[in-house]
Amino acid sequence: MAEAVPLRVPPAPSTVSVARPHAVAEMPRETLVHIAGLEKIYATKDGATIHALQNVSLDITAGEFISVVGPSGCGKTTLLKILAGILSRSRGDITMRGAALSGPSRELGVVFQAPVLLPWRTVLANVMVPVEVQKRDRAAFEARARSLIALTGLAGFESKYPGELSGGMQQRVGICRALVHDPSFLLLDEPFGALDAMTREQMNEELQRIWTESRKTVLLVTHSIPEAVYLADRVVVMTPRPGRIVDVIPVDLPRPRTLAMHNTAEFGRFVARIRAHFNSAGMLDA
Amino acid sequence: MKRFANLVLLPLLTLCVFLGGWEAVVRVFGISKIVLPAPSAIAAAFGEGLLSGDFVWHLAVTMSEILGGFAIGAATGLLLGFIVALLPLAERILYPYIVAFQTVPKVAIAPIIVIWFGYGISSKIVITATIAFFPLLANTIMGLRATPHDQIEMLTSYTASRWQVFTMLRLKQALPYIFVGLDVAIVLSVIGAIVGEFVGAKAGLGYLILQKNFNLDMAGTFAILIILSAIGVGLHAVISALQRRVVFWMDTAGERVVGA
Repeated sequence: MAEAVPLRVPPAPSTVSVARPHAVAEMPRETLVHIAGLEKIYATKDGATIHALQNVSLDITAGEFISVVGPSGCGKTTLLKILAGILSRSRGDITMRGAALSGPSRELGVVFQAPVLLPWRTVLANVMVPVEVQKRDRAAFEARARSLIALTGLAGFESKYPGELSGGMQQRVGICRALVHDPSFLLLDEPFGALDAMTREQMNEELQRIWTESRKTVLLVTHSIPEAVYLADRVVVMTPRPGRIVDVIPVDLPRPRTLAMHNTAEFGRFVARIRAHFNSAGMLDA
Repeated sequence: MKRFANLVLLPLLTLCVFLGGWEAVVRVFGISKIVLPAPSAIAAAFGEGLLSGDFVWHLAVTMSEILGGFAIGAATGLLLGFIVALLPLAERILYPYIVAFQTVPKVAIAPIIVIWFGYGISSKIVITATIAFFPLLANTIMGLRATPHDQIEMLTSYTASRWQVFTMLRLKQALPYIFVGLDVAIVLSVIGAIVGEFVGAKAGLGYLILQKNFNLDMAGTFAILIILSAIGVGLHAVISALQRRVVFWMDTAGERVVGA
């Protein structure tokens, strides 16, 4: 399926002010997102407090693919939701291209754990949701939506309803929706967690291809260490209670990466280094 | 073919056996027609009522009461449902009174309404409206609150305003609930109109039932009951058909899977 579909997605119409991420060759690359001293403290019903995030700081370069791994409850989804602007933070600063980021932004695209499609909308209409919400030029963006649908192997399904699609196909629609308005920063919250292992590997390959094509800045939250290593330029390792970053590991495996790389010694070393953090913390989750 | 047999033939056969047994029991034991009329006598009364034009006139009166009351009650319930679901303050102020109102049996206040609105059609419309009101209110409130949190988060993350979340999401998610309310309300509306006519009326199928009862015309009473249940079934079918068109996504999920 991957070979047959056209790989070119037309750039967003010129009515949009969003700048394309800089070319790969451009050498010192700009910092897109700057996270400093981020804290999240929840109060539970019985009056106790939970330190979900503690002093999380991270600089994300434009065009970079970041994976965030950690066991359940390490606050990685909390981090993503704060970045997406749908969860408040207790302390800390987030800036995007120097401007403070608080609340949802037109420059973000979010893919959720579940596809979260609207069952009364067709595939195309679901993909167009951000365009409608942000009152962008519908006609101009529809061509882009159709190309994205084709890029993710869903050509021919534009007028189907979500109930007629499999879980993997639904999640692809979710990915198209996150990309349709040409955001500069893509947030993925365990997008393939509900899929079977085969589909998941296939989706990982596709995600790498889409990322190579679009050169978006990506933050992927996952609890699968191999998935994190396979996709990322840098892997951010988090541990729970309180949720904090314990390591940031640059992955210098050559691109494009193949599924066969999973079996190489180099790949294994990255996985082992990450797993060691969880072993030391007594967590053998992943 | 087998489906047709199961859905149509079997119930039809059951009905024939039932009616035949009924007819036989009445004839064999010589049961008085003022206690239990035979199906043949009911059919004769039915035909007579139709031909004389009696049924048509009274049916028209009752139908206007049902539809008028349903429209007013449902619209009021819908409107109040939106207000209560969207304005927390309105809920705190209004809801206790709404619940208190609902706990009063409508049959008990029917005589008062007849005194206020007279023996004509308007008092029946008011009684029907008070009965049709609550199912819409309750279901609208429930429906507007039923939107899954993750869908709201999804839309919000794409910078949707509260108004956009409402029009693009919550309204749509409330529709299946609202249709359940409409379905309950339309069936209750038939009851409302008849109750109103029982309390005091000059025309309508309920009025006709009382009249036939006074004359010990049991066959005629039964004939009207058939019309009343046909009204109920017909109106329910109309709402169901509308529901399938409007909330088409509810029963299609899982049924027409084209890809795996």
